[in-house]
Amino acid sequence: MEKFSNNQQMQRQMLLDNIFRVSTRCFAFLVLALLVGILISLIIGAMPSLSRFGWSFLVDSDWDPVGQKFGALVPVFGTLATSVIALLIGVPVSFGIAVFLTELCPNVLKRPLGIAVELLAGIPSIIYGMWGLFVFAPLFADHVQPVLIDNLGDIPLIGLLFQGAPMGIGVFTAGLILAVMVIPFIASVMRDVFEVVPTMLKESAYGLGSTTWEVVRYVVLPYTKTGVVGGIMLGLGRALGETMAVTFVIGNSSRFAVGLFEPGQSISSALANEFAEATGEFHMASLIELGLILFFITFVVLACAKLLLLRLQKQEGKAS
Amino acid sequence: MADNNVKLQVKNLNFFYGNFHALKNINLDIAPRMVTAFIGPSGCGKSTLLRTFNRMYELYPGLRSEGEILLDGNNILGRDVDINLLRAKVGMVFQKPTPFPMSIYDNITFGVKLYEKLAKTEMDDRVEWALRKAALWDEVKDKLKQSGNSLSGGQQQRLCIARAVASRPEVLLLDEPTSALDPISTAHIEELIHELKEDYTIAIVTHNMQQAARVSDFTAYMYLGELVEFGETDNIFTAPKQKATEDYITGKFG
Repeated sequence: MEKFSNNQQMQRQMLLDNIFRVSTRCFAFLVLALLVGILISLIIGAMPSLSRFGWSFLVDSDWDPVGQKFGALVPVFGTLATSVIALLIGVPVSFGIAVFLTELCPNVLKRPLGIAVELLAGIPSIIYGMWGLFVFAPLFADHVQPVLIDNLGDIPLIGLLFQGAPMGIGVFTAGLILAVMVIPFIASVMRDVFEVVPTMLKESAYGLGSTTWEVVRYVVLPYTKTGVVGGIMLGLGRALGETMAVTFVIGNSSRFAVGLFEPGQSISSALANEFAEATGEFHMASLIELGLILFFITFVVLACAKLLLLRLQKQEGKAS
Repeated sequence: MADNNVKLQVKNLNFFYGNFHALKNINLDIAPRMVTAFIGPSGCGKSTLLRTFNRMYELYPGLRSEGEILLDGNNILGRDVDINLLRAKVGMVFQKPTPFPMSIYDNITFGVKLYEKLAKTEMDDRVEWALRKAALWDEVKDKLKQSGNSLSGGQQQRLCIARAVASRPEVLLLDEPTSALDPISTAHIEELIHELKEDYTIAIVTHNMQQAARVSDFTAYMYLGELVEFGETDNIFTAPKQKATEDYITGKFG
């Protein structure tokens, strides 16, 4: 009887197979190693600041390189505020774009509009920054901000956000520019996932007498929720970390202000501005700690997204 | 006034996919509370015809119909017809089970909620009623909160029938409802069709001639967009008038 093992061909293949398996495993663990490595080096770099300021670093709004006193409140607030503004504006608009492109758009417009969205995603961020500073900010200061300040500034609580001088640049403008930047990402992911919804599933919903909105809201969205949340997270990731465009328009002020029209700072813009001229142990360490915080924020956001998906899944009913 | 013995009346219906003439001068009366089967080789236009009954084709650009389809005497192809209301009256079940990504309970209430405001208890009753109609109640009554996707294929298809029945349509369109199912599930669905025809007018498209013979009262044989022969199922299958029909149902062709 012919033997099934131990011939040369077989051994060669087994060897190759093993090499393949081991090398893919290496690549996969490389990701983990990089992640842990970055985390560790950030923690080591931030150690002086971590041990000196402790938790108060998070709530302190002072940023005083001369006095060697540092607090992260302003950049953290700036990062969160600009990202929230970007999503508040970007998500509904992207959703509208995706629904239009998949459900309502006449065929002739589908491709040109789709390509336009993708081109928008390819514009380098520095161009958004320049455009924001030189074109958008002056227009915004002249025509939009005064109206918002006049109409919203007097409302209790919310009004606080809309007070200040109409300078054009500031946290709100940075949020708007970020919205424009995340829209193509979120819209194209949403469009892609909306497109994989089986035609028959949509027809079943139409067949019961639903309108397009009802089909999208109750069938398409639940069916694609993982992809939609993923797309939003992709956009949020870009908004949180975006440096160049934000640095251009946020105003780069380390003074704390609640108003959205006031100049401010985001974590990434602070890093970009100050790394080159950081002096003293604590300044550098504080900047690195800012980076650590940004890392942590991203991590928390991803974790929240996972939890949200789990909750949605529960609502839909158990799988088995 | 509407003829009491005609639920759906198709008059000189022509249908076009762009330039392609898919249905040619179809004339046909569908009787109330009867099962009418549409048979014919692939591409003969039987599904297309079915999809004109609830104007499903309007979702896509370039598709248009000419002629008239009267539902209880009213032309449903008219411009002033509210398509959503029409579709609520003419339910449809598809080739593959299409449970919505939500619980079994919510799947049933989906269509009901669109047009009726019911209190919780009434809604519970409606869900039970629809699931009983679809002979699914006993299998799912303890797991109404579970996802519709957790059911087996045959159960999913009965869920889709229950969903269509729940909003109390007058006509049920079944587009090859058993083509993705095993023989036992198919038998279930066919039994169901027998029971449902007491309350509903049913039009079914099927590739399976035995199925058409088993479930239907009337049969229409279509070929290349034309209605070749239409009559009582017993006559069509035992004594077809046209040679083409005979060839198809005896398996010489198709």
